[in-house]
Amino acid sequence: MNSAVRELTYSQAIQEAMAIALESDPRVFLMGEDIGVYGGAFQVTGDLVERFGTDRVIDMPISELGGAGLAVGAAMTGMRPIFEFQFSDFATLAMEQIVNQAAKMRFMLGGEVSVPLVMRFPAGSGTGAAAQHSQSLEAWLAHVPGLKVIQPATPHDAKGLLLAAVQDPDPVMIFEHKLLYKVKGPVPEGHYTVPIGKAEIRRTGRDATIVATSIMVQKSLEAAEILQTEGIDVEIVDLRTIRPIDRETVINSVKKTTRLLCVYEAVKTLGIGAEISAMVAESEAFDYLDAPIMRLGGADSPIPYNPELEKAVVPQVPDIVAGIRNLVQGRR
Amino acid sequence: MKNESKSKAKSEAANVPFAFRAYSPEQLRDVLRKMYLIRRFEEGAEDSYTRGLIHGTMHLSIGQEASALGICMPLNGDDQITSTHRGHGHCIAKGAQVDRMFAEFFGKTTGYCKGRGGSMHIADVSQGNLGANGIVAGGIPIAVGAALSAKMQKNGKVVICFFGDGANNEGAFHESLNMASIWKLPVVFVCENNGYGMSTSTARSTAVANIADRAAGYSMPGVIVDGNNFSAVAEASSAAIERARRGEGPTLIESKTYRHRGHSKSDRNRYRTKEEIDEWKELRDPIALFESELRQFGILNDAGIEEVRASVEKEIADAIQFAKDSPMPNTGAVLDYVYTELPQ
Repeated sequence: MNSAVRELTYSQAIQEAMAIALESDPRVFLMGEDIGVYGGAFQVTGDLVERFGTDRVIDMPISELGGAGLAVGAAMTGMRPIFEFQFSDFATLAMEQIVNQAAKMRFMLGGEVSVPLVMRFPAGSGTGAAAQHSQSLEAWLAHVPGLKVIQPATPHDAKGLLLAAVQDPDPVMIFEHKLLYKVKGPVPEGHYTVPIGKAEIRRTGRDATIVATSIMVQKSLEAAEILQTEGIDVEIVDLRTIRPIDRETVINSVKKTTRLLCVYEAVKTLGIGAEISAMVAESEAFDYLDAPIMRLGGADSPIPYNPELEKAVVPQVPDIVAGIRNLVQGRR
Repeated sequence: MKNESKSKAKSEAANVPFAFRAYSPEQLRDVLRKMYLIRRFEEGAEDSYTRGLIHGTMHLSIGQEASALGICMPLNGDDQITSTHRGHGHCIAKGAQVDRMFAEFFGKTTGYCKGRGGSMHIADVSQGNLGANGIVAGGIPIAVGAALSAKMQKNGKVVICFFGDGANNEGAFHESLNMASIWKLPVVFVCENNGYGMSTSTARSTAVANIADRAAGYSMPGVIVDGNNFSAVAEASSAAIERARRGEGPTLIESKTYRHRGHSKSDRNRYRTKEEIDEWKELRDPIALFESELRQFGILNDAGIEEVRASVEKEIADAIQFAKDSPMPNTGAVLDYVYTELPQ
């Protein structure tokens, strides 16, 4: 281990990953809205245009569908585009190219092409941006065979997963929670990858498992500290990839702790927690369960503008604490 | 005197259509062969469908053969195309083999897409055909992306983007033309306007009189050609491809043509008259028009034309036999190609 652990913010880590990719692979280019001199709506691309020029850091018109399609076409013909949606919500404008084209091209053509495309989606609520700039749509894309979908929860993983995505021969969709951009954490220098499709146990515990995604990993860790003071020992699985799901890590954790709470910000109904719950219920871990599987997710509501209402529609630390207490103490 | 005869010779040369000046007799004979290959391929596919050998649906381009061939004629082997749901002609024009195309329609492992794509996703990546597309306008931004690749890789490739009149009212069309123009990408947009997006005529669906008029909105040349005249199409395509290769950016070609068959197998032809269809078949058939020019300019006589037809009949019959004899995919391999298999 390096004695001096360098810390970067989540957005700095992503920017560093993109810089490494641009430096090391001439096929890589960035494309998005206002990612050049503006530096990106969330300053994730920052000054990369100064280092790599406008031919490799391409400001595109506000044309999400066309832009996504350009990225698909470029990926099919030898390039490695990293495409930034300004907000993940704007993916709705480009679903045709993502779902019908990028995801299916290799399959439809019988394996004659690959689509090595990376798309980045700034996602989630908490910024006061209201209903059309705050959604968590990752489950929409995770429903589509042919795509890989990841949700890094730490600066370390944001860099390593992005570099893994750039190397991947298939389309990888990266959902970045906007509230994580300013969060700091240790990030190794240079090139490294974090494997797509592998969950990470963030905290080991014996009484209950939380399977969390994205920013809910941090909230679950805070909840676990509170629960520890009550003598409840929680294990936290950071799913990291929601397609393909790391089945083994989840099931082994549930078999050990015998209780499962899924925590995610996206709308609870038909979300990733439903998939995890069903997967566990169908598995050998079902026989180990000492309590029903529970989910904490977003309300069946658009994201409201008012800050108190905004907090009320997504799980918060006290909700997670209460959820685990109920699971462990049998109160529901 | 001398000058007079010179100018007479010049004016005669000007009366010779582009294709008969630009291409050799062998090349022109091959164009006719491919026109028949497209038509007989589609008739063969239609017949096989009727016999229950092919399932699903298909969209036939019978009547549009000159457009596919005229556009592809000036391309280099490594240039690329994107195609549409009505894409059999484009595929053959870009150099695909009809046996592997039939095999794909029959769902066989020897098909271009190993039985996974069928008619609507027919492709031949080795020949630069990046694929037909089941989504109207779906291939347009993809073509522009391929052109962006060509520009970035400085490989000199040009991309032809085929689409139908229906696509001209999709957002993807407008977004793509705009980006191709601002970045001067080496792409040629080819609208094969056969008059109808399924049942809706362009007159009912489209605010401009000609789809080529849309080009003005994106600062690129808009060219209208008689899509049933091979030479006229090849001439327009040649100019647009040269412009693209010089780095001067895209062109929009509107190739006005007609499909003799319905939109797909479910079409009852309620939106157009028998008289209209018959007029296009009898007076404006692209193969008949090309044959009369071949005779007129002394390239082929009736016997030569008959020889081409006979060779195509045999090629089609052999191709169908190849497809019938080819193996079906193993259902155990159904998940192949969803993701790229990583070497391990």
